[in-house]
Amino acid sequence: MPFITNRLKPYAMIAPALAVFALFYLYPIGYMIHLGFHEWNFISPDKTWVGLGNYREMLADDTFLQVLRNSALYTVMTVLLATGTALPLALWLNRKSAFHAFVQGAIFSPHIISLVSISLLWSWLMDPEYGLLNGLLHLLGIGPLEWLNDPDTALISLVIVAVWKSLGYNTLVFIAGLQSIPPELLEAAALDRSKPWTTFRRIILPMLSPTLFFLVIINLIGSFQVFETIAIMTQGGPVNSTNTLVYYIYEYGFRYFKIGYASAAGVMLLVIVGTLTLVYFRLLSRRVHYR
Amino acid sequence: MARIELIDVVKRFKGETVIPKLNLTIREGSFTVLVGPSGCGKTTTLRMIAGLERQTSGDILIDGACVNDTEPGKRDVAMVFQNYALYPNMTVRGNIEFGLKNRGVPRQERERLVRDICEIVGLTPHLDKKPHSLSGGQRQRVALARAMVKKPKVFILDEPLSNLDAKLRVQMRTELIELHRRMGATFVYVTHDQVEAMSMGDRIVVMNRGEVMQAAPPMELYHDPDNLFTARFIGTPPMNVLPVSRLAGLRTEGEGTAEFAGFRPEHARLFPEAAEEPRDAWFIAGEIVTRESLGAEEVYQLRCEAGTFFVKSFLNPYGGGNFAFAAVPLDRLYFFDRDGNRLRNLRAVRPQPALAGVR
Repeated sequence: MPFITNRLKPYAMIAPALAVFALFYLYPIGYMIHLGFHEWNFISPDKTWVGLGNYREMLADDTFLQVLRNSALYTVMTVLLATGTALPLALWLNRKSAFHAFVQGAIFSPHIISLVSISLLWSWLMDPEYGLLNGLLHLLGIGPLEWLNDPDTALISLVIVAVWKSLGYNTLVFIAGLQSIPPELLEAAALDRSKPWTTFRRIILPMLSPTLFFLVIINLIGSFQVFETIAIMTQGGPVNSTNTLVYYIYEYGFRYFKIGYASAAGVMLLVIVGTLTLVYFRLLSRRVHYR
Repeated sequence: MARIELIDVVKRFKGETVIPKLNLTIREGSFTVLVGPSGCGKTTTLRMIAGLERQTSGDILIDGACVNDTEPGKRDVAMVFQNYALYPNMTVRGNIEFGLKNRGVPRQERERLVRDICEIVGLTPHLDKKPHSLSGGQRQRVALARAMVKKPKVFILDEPLSNLDAKLRVQMRTELIELHRRMGATFVYVTHDQVEAMSMGDRIVVMNRGEVMQAAPPMELYHDPDNLFTARFIGTPPMNVLPVSRLAGLRTEGEGTAEFAGFRPEHARLFPEAAEEPRDAWFIAGEIVTRESLGAEEVYQLRCEAGTFFVKSFLNPYGGGNFAFAAVPLDRLYFFDRDGNRLRNLRAVRPQPALAGVR
C-alpha cells in the first residue's frame, strides 16, 4: 500500500482494537468523570453542574465511610483466607495421583459456576432455620448461627462464599507455581540436610513469591469489586453491614437515580483499584526474576 | 573417604526395568567415572547412591554401612547437579552456607569455612552476588563450593561440565582432578562423554542398558576391552570392527570362533601396496573415502569389501593415491564372538610360510 507509510502501518493495524477500546472503555470512563461533577436523575434533559459537591457530600456521609470500611475489611479477609487456604492445599495436591487430580478438579468446579447460582445455593446453606450449615453445627452442639441475618456475621459469611468460589483457581495457580520450581532445587536442599519447614520457608516460598504476589493482587482487585453475592444474598444489609463500594454505587445509580453522585463514587473506586494496579506493576518490575 | 558398594541393585520405573541387576564396588578415594550412552542407567545409579531415588531391591553400602533407609542429607554425600541447582533467591554465600546452617555449624566457623572454600575455587569477589548475575563457569564453581564445604565422604557429580563451553570444560577438567587430589574424597562422576571419562577417571565404569559392561582403569579399558560395546564406546574414532567371514588372509589360532575382528584406527598404517614389511602384520585393502586433517593427526575413512573402517596417522600424512593397504600388527587385532564378548585366547597368526612363499 503505497499511500500508507511504514510509520503509520502499525497504527492502522491496531486501529480496530483501539476503536473498540476507546468506545467501550475510555469514553465511559471519561463520561463517568464528567457526570461526577453534575447532578442528574437519568431522565431529565438538564444536568446541573455542582463541581466537587458530590464528593463533598460523599465524604460527609457516614454510610459511605462505613461502605469503605466494609470493602476494606471484606477485601483483607478474603485475600488472607483465599491465599492462606489455597497454599497449603496446593502443597498437598501437588503430586500425581488419580485422587489428587480428582480433588483438584472438584475444588475448581465452583470457579466455572455462575455467581448467581452460587449466591442462591449459599443463601440456602446459610439459612438460619433450614440451612444445612446450621444443621451440621447442631450435630456438633453449636449454634444456631444467624449467618447473613446478623450484622456481626454477615460480612464474614460473604467472605466464606468468596473464598470457596476462588479456592480452586487460587490452588491451581499455586500448583503451577510449585511445578515451575526445578525439582533439583528440592533435591539439593535434601542433600543439604534441610528440614521440610526450612525448605518451605527458605526455598519454596521465595520461589513462589511472584505467584503469591500475583494472586494477592488479583484477589485484592476482585474483592474490591464484589457485587453479585451482595446484591442477591444481603442487599447490603443488615443495617449496611455488607454494603460495599460497588453495591453502594449501584444503589445510588439505579435505585435512587442519583447518577452524578454514583459516578463520583465510581471515580473513587477507579482511583482505589487503579492505585492497586499501579502498585502491582511497579513491584512486579522490581521483583527478582528467578531463573 | 568411603567405599561404596551396590549389591544386587534393581531399579524399575513403573514396570520398566532400568537397572536389571547391578553389582558394583566403588573404591575408597577413587575418581570413578560412570560412562555410557543416554538411558544406560548411570544417572539413576548416581541418584540411588545419593538417596534421591530408592532402589526397587538390593542394598547400597557406604563404608560398609547399609544406607537403604538413610535419608539423603544423612549419607554424608554431596552432589553437583548438571544444571547446578543453585538456590536463585540466595547469594553465593547463602548457597554455600545453607548446608552448614542446617547442620548447626556455629557462625564463626561457618564464615571461616566459606572463606576458605571460596579462596580455593576463586569466588571471593562474588560472595554477595545472586546466581543469576554470575557466568556459567562461576555458577559451576558455586555448585562445587556448596558441595565441598560440607567436607563429604562421597562427592557425586552428574555431568557437571556439560553446560560449559568447550574451552572452560577442558579447564574445569584439570581443576576437578586437582580438587579430587586435594580433598581425598571418593568421587563418583557421571558423563556420556568418553573423552571426559578417559581424561579424569582413575577408574571407569562403562554402562549399557543398566548393566556394567566393564569396570577398569582408563588405559586397561582402552587396550584390553572385555566386549564390543566397550571397544566401540572408548576412543575417537572408535575401534574398527569387521565381520571375520568377509576378511581375506586372516588366520587365527586358539580357543573360540571369532565372529568379529577389531583394531584401533591408530594401530593401522597405510601403504600404497601390500609389502613384505612390516612382517608381523595383516593387510587389508581399501579405497580412501574421506580424509580429515586435524593438524597433528589425520583420519582416513576407507571402504573395503567387508565394510568401512578408519585409520589414524600422526604427523606423517599418507602420500599415495585413493587406494591403499592398511597394515595392522597381528598383536593389535582383537577378536569377539557372536555375542560381542572378547575372545582373549584367540590370536592372529601369520599366513603359512609355504603359502607366502608362492609369491
